[in-house]
Amino acid sequence: MSPLKPIARGRRIALGVAFFVIFALAWGAVTLGGLVSPTFLASPPQMLKGGWSLLTEFGFAKDIGVTVWRVLGGFVIAAALAVPLGVAMGAYKPVEAFFEPFISFARYLPASAFIPLLILWLGVGEAQKLAVIFIGSFFQIVLMVAVTVGQTRRDLVEAAYTLGATDAGILKRVLIPYAGPEIAEHLRLTLGWAWTYVIVAELIGSSSGIGHMITDSQALLATDQMIFGIIIIGLIGLISDFVFQAINRRLFHWKLA
Amino acid sequence: MSKLAIEKVERIFPGVRGGAPTRAIEPITLDVMDNDFITILGPSGCGKSTLLRIVAGLDTPTVGQVLLDGARITRAGADRGMVFQSYTLFPWLTVRENICFGLVEKGMPLPEQKEICDFYLDRVGLAAFANHLPRQLSGGMQQRTALARALANNPKLLLLDEPFGALDHQTRELMQELLLGIWEQDRKTVLFVTHDIDEAIFMASRVVVMSARPGRIKCDVPVPFEHPRDYKIKTTTAFAELKARLTEEIRGEAMRAVEMGA
Repeated sequence: MSPLKPIARGRRIALGVAFFVIFALAWGAVTLGGLVSPTFLASPPQMLKGGWSLLTEFGFAKDIGVTVWRVLGGFVIAAALAVPLGVAMGAYKPVEAFFEPFISFARYLPASAFIPLLILWLGVGEAQKLAVIFIGSFFQIVLMVAVTVGQTRRDLVEAAYTLGATDAGILKRVLIPYAGPEIAEHLRLTLGWAWTYVIVAELIGSSSGIGHMITDSQALLATDQMIFGIIIIGLIGLISDFVFQAINRRLFHWKLA
Repeated sequence: MSKLAIEKVERIFPGVRGGAPTRAIEPITLDVMDNDFITILGPSGCGKSTLLRIVAGLDTPTVGQVLLDGARITRAGADRGMVFQSYTLFPWLTVRENICFGLVEKGMPLPEQKEICDFYLDRVGLAAFANHLPRQLSGGMQQRTALARALANNPKLLLLDEPFGALDHQTRELMQELLLGIWEQDRKTVLFVTHDIDEAIFMASRVVVMSARPGRIKCDVPVPFEHPRDYKIKTTTAFAELKARLTEEIRGEAMRAVEMGA
């Protein structure tokens, strides 16, 4: 192994898969081998069986659907408002001076700590779930977008000015296209965090969703179902990440392809 | 009347963290006639780029003013095209879209844009690369595109800030010939900043030598060679004599610049 030396595609995939296999084997060994009590940790086959009964008997697919819907809803609302504000802050320094200190502060307010308050304000319905995700994502996106736009190469901006670009033209035809790929990457990251927020919101006050199922299963000591739920979250996260990456690569082929 | 009048332009950069302000250029006065090709020659850090940026409208003089066709320059505009030393093509646009950038900004109809773009693509020899992205081009090709992009706007003044500075020697000489050929046809008014003496003489109708910081004009030397010029003039005695003279002028300045830590 030499530092930074690339490896062949086939080997890379094999190594990546190998970890999953080793992980599953180790898990199987400690549970089936009797090292850990099934009360605390279900074995892989037990987990699959529990998952199957969740899907066929308890309508878990609907819970998954609800959670996905909440994540997407909250994330889209946050992004739709945060990206324009971030762009405005990155481009116009007075706007940045006005919003930046407050948003930097708000960014550190933990979204999960708002849950009791939000239940008080909005009840335990969908609005509360969306609000948790919104609070968790909005401020982060705003700041990251603002920084990215603010870091646009000055020589490109100057070149555009010498080509007769107006201030609006600079924003539309230089700052936004230049920042595009990185903004998309920030959104991809934030979507991952949104998954954490939604589950926390569902754990605390909810009658549906993956998080709700996990709390229910805890009452029954059904570690197989809890683990199945957690793995489903991981899988959906991974899939959404792949999809997001593919879209970004297509949209911004000049940079990412 | 002169095309471009630089009148007692002075630029002082404010001191950083309470330090002393830096005087980049001392009062400079320079008249540029229509169709002049002027090279501004000077050691690094002499303020020649600052002067060019002021003419472009990207920087503001502390004192003095610059007039283009009698009108005071206050900001950058399409009437002054610029090619930078760094590669400034928009990486998300193809070669064609880069060349059309200024034309789109003017709201020109598409067929006209295409016609102008095709003309300049052809002149810089990049017709076959119209749909390439900048990252697929060599440095020389990128600067040719940048030149085409500036010319497509049909500016009154073409400003070049060491545009070939990052290119290898051979590419650089070819680029000089290309630019000179274009100038010989169009006779645009050109201000070309460089620290390369050969380059300065080969292309210019006048070489303006700037002193080390604070920059001021040390001498203003007409270049007598006829147009069209061939690269072979670089080996003539007259060229060598002019080069010797300019080398002498610039050498002292370069030494002063080094002493000042430039």
